[in-house]
Amino acid sequence: MLNTNGVPDKKQIFSRFPDKKYILKPKAITECYEEIPCNPCSTSCPFDAIYIGEDINTAPIVDFEKCTGCGICVYNCPGLAIFIVQELDNENARFKIPYELIPLPIKGETWSGVNRAGEVITKVLIEKVSLTEKQDKTALIQVLVPIEFINDFITIRSKL
Amino acid sequence: MKKIDLVIIGGGPAGLSAAKMAAESGLSSLIIERNFKIGGQLVKQTHMFFGSEKQYAKTRGIDIAKILVNDVLKYSDMIEIMTGTTVVGLYKDKVVTLLKDEKYIKVKTKAIIIATGASEKVLAFEKNDLPGIYGAGAVQTLMNVHGVLPGHNVVMVGSGNIGLIVSYQLIQAGVNVLCVLEASSEIGGYKVHASKLKRLGVDIKTSHSIKKAIGKDYLERIIIGKLDDKWEFIEGSEEELIVDALCISVGLSPLSNLLSMIGTEMKYVSYLGGLVPLIDENYETSIENVFVAGDVCGVEEASSAIVEGYLTGLVVAKKLGYIHPNYDKLYLDFKAQLHNLRSGPFGEKLRRGLEEIMR
Repeated sequence: MLNTNGVPDKKQIFSRFPDKKYILKPKAITECYEEIPCNPCSTSCPFDAIYIGEDINTAPIVDFEKCTGCGICVYNCPGLAIFIVQELDNENARFKIPYELIPLPIKGETWSGVNRAGEVITKVLIEKVSLTEKQDKTALIQVLVPIEFINDFITIRSKL
Repeated sequence: MKKIDLVIIGGGPAGLSAAKMAAESGLSSLIIERNFKIGGQLVKQTHMFFGSEKQYAKTRGIDIAKILVNDVLKYSDMIEIMTGTTVVGLYKDKVVTLLKDEKYIKVKTKAIIIATGASEKVLAFEKNDLPGIYGAGAVQTLMNVHGVLPGHNVVMVGSGNIGLIVSYQLIQAGVNVLCVLEASSEIGGYKVHASKLKRLGVDIKTSHSIKKAIGKDYLERIIIGKLDDKWEFIEGSEEELIVDALCISVGLSPLSNLLSMIGTEMKYVSYLGGLVPLIDENYETSIENVFVAGDVCGVEEASSAIVEGYLTGLVVAKKLGYIHPNYDKLYLDFKAQLHNLRSGPFGEKLRRGLEEIMR
């Protein structure tokens, strides 16, 4: 339960994933379930794809028609609560996740894939690591994740 | 006796913003800061802040401190800053007495903005004075300002935003966080912070607290236990954990002693963290030209402290005859920002608390 251990339930998670037709292209998933006063995801989106509005306590709503999966909101979210996901083919999903720990992974490495409860669930391939100045110390890690974990994978842990 | 129109006590986000807005309006001020540098608690906040762009959301606290300090330094001809200086007396005739380098200084002023912030609450348990037991603020100072690890195996007590954020920062520094204890049955802070910890493998144990600390010369172990719905330890639920540091983050209390000294009307409001002054809609206390801004009149986020600082700086300047060219527009904007920051479910207790102190 989100309120007692920080883990959202399946229903909450699914509520943030778009229809299957959208996810063939990269899309932003905003796992921000509470009404908290915060709106950088909305104001940083160059495509006006995340709606919050005048009352900054409103939870973000993504317009999946407009979202290009660019990942700018991912490193602008103070709660590290946004990631990008794309269903690549029958075998793999591609994620872009925020990461603020050292050491950073290196392209080509295999790391553990971790779920929202902090458990290692699979192995993932690091495809790309970006950390530009405007990302302000939040790295963006592109990872290839086995498709069956598309709703479970959330972060990476230690090189294998 | 030194004379200056406005004295601002506290060089944190509220005090710095107040000085900037007063200067923009044409009013000079003196900022008095107890610490050796200005910036307040922001200088140890390495995480990105919430809020909206107007309060520097998504900027890291350390960088917000730099922005606010630079804003003040731009007005070096109008804003005087005294660091390493403690206010020791505050009198009704607006004489402020200071202690700097063992020297006693008297300042006569026309208006005072008290922006002293808040201090951490303590928790009573057996041997809570062992070395290795820290407040969350001390951990941040050690780790994020001085680069010193507080320990290697740490337990956090309290799951409010500070407890959750500092736990995350400990992990970033390479420290093993065994778990976060929360006496209540639900997590206190934003769930996005809780989820961030959980995915890193840190358990947040709700309905749990620290029972006692064990150690001869320093902290070696702790006993934790499960609480019933009356917050009493359930017998037999004890568990022993090997730790070399314990971090206490059980809330903040307004640093309002100076207000009691000058004799403003005060009230104990638990929603606001403790003893706070009665204020009007412009944060003026029951004594004319004595204003408050930031956590001293109710514990909340740095974002609202910044806006309260701007608001009081603007209003005090006008009262002393220095009217900002955009006064009306700015006034409404600051009011709207504060309303917006507090209007969600997390602002509910605060809203109720503020209602109690409106005069």
